[in-house]
Amino acid sequence: VTMVGLVVVSHSATLAVGVVEVAAQMAPDVTIVAAGGTGDGGIGTNFDAVTAAIEQADGGAGVVVLYDLGSARMVAEAAAELADNAIVVDAPLVEGTVVAAVSAQGGSAIEDVAHAAESAAGEAEMIEPESVGIVGAVDVAGGMGVAAAPLADIIEFVEASVTLTDELGLHARPAALVARTMTGFDASVTIRFGEATADGRSVLALMALGTRGGDEVRISATGPQAAEAVQVFQDLAARNFGE
Amino acid sequence: VGCTAADLVTAIRAVAVTVAEHRVELIQLDRAIGDGDHGENLDRGFTAVLAALDAATPDSPSAVLKLVATTLISKVGGAAGPLYGTAFLRASNAVKDRAELGPSDVVEALTAALGGVVARGKAELGDKTMVDALDPAVKAAAGDSVASVLTAAADAASAGADATVPLVARKGRASYLGERSAGHMDPGARSTSLLLRAFAEVAAQ
Repeated sequence: VTMVGLVVVSHSATLAVGVVEVAAQMAPDVTIVAAGGTGDGGIGTNFDAVTAAIEQADGGAGVVVLYDLGSARMVAEAAAELADNAIVVDAPLVEGTVVAAVSAQGGSAIEDVAHAAESAAGEAEMIEPESVGIVGAVDVAGGMGVAAAPLADIIEFVEASVTLTDELGLHARPAALVARTMTGFDASVTIRFGEATADGRSVLALMALGTRGGDEVRISATGPQAAEAVQVFQDLAARNFGE
Repeated sequence: VGCTAADLVTAIRAVAVTVAEHRVELIQLDRAIGDGDHGENLDRGFTAVLAALDAATPDSPSAVLKLVATTLISKVGGAAGPLYGTAFLRASNAVKDRAELGPSDVVEALTAALGGVVARGKAELGDKTMVDALDPAVKAAAGDSVASVLTAAADAASAGADATVPLVARKGRASYLGERSAGHMDPGARSTSLLLRAFAEVAAQ
């Protein structure tokens, strides 16, 4: 699978490299290129460097470009305008790059990676107890009898409880692994911990659950591949998410 | 008579001379309400444009505009580089595949340039930016010759730049000054009017 590439544009070369370093740990197969600084050691942005970074990051599936502040947006947008297939996103640099990287690692298309990055800003508010949307939305008792054939495919609803063994719970790397794995399934996956819920494809929401070792989380999934998604989550947990 | 690639190169060279002549004036305007580098940056950009035009022979007006665009974006830096670069880039795209530019092509190019600046900078009329020169220029751009279109545009841009003096900046670095930005002409609006004047004077010859 050709993955979407990422470019991190920053006024500082060091900052761009650091952001790439963090995101790369969670998405080892995604090409993430740093384009920071003026090119001669100064603070600023360099159009030629951004253009070259976009070319380098594009493996054929396009490039999502993130920027830090001010004129970096204009430089990124001008470079994207001249590139074959690049989208500049307005997202918090660190969170947005991490989320975009995980989404790209999961094989998402360029529009979805861009959307994932842009949603990073509002993720904290999404983790409300009320947002048990998936569970509430599936009216199993009332819906089954009258459901048309296609609806039967998406009505599959699977749940399981899993106890976390790692003392840090679903911290960054496990959360990233879960998010990008769940992205690959045709299923809506929700992880619940106490009153909090998280979209199984959202690395930030998973981390924000604030789990610790010994905590029990509940995974629920709907959709054609709900059972597979839940099974794989259980398998990942059994292997302590590769930690 | 249409404007060929060679005519356009002549005009761009005249623009570079104008920018060099007004370098200190633009620095002083920018020092009053910005960071003082507009004249320096623009002069560096157009000096690089001259070198690029010496090294290559773009074969269409669109190709000339694109070469100017990419050179300005990479050499001017800051916000002015992407803004002017996008203006020339959109103008280039607007007149693709045309060997000569007639009056209506020039209007299209100017309109596209304004669209690019607005998209990139997100500034509106009255924000005390280059839009305050370029927007009236596009509205005034009309005529039965390239020279008359550009002269009308340059006259309107010049009036638009003058009208930025009492404005309080709402975009760009000058906006950090708030009320204190009033009483000075916007350097971006000034440079826009200078560019259009240089184009108009070459076209009138």
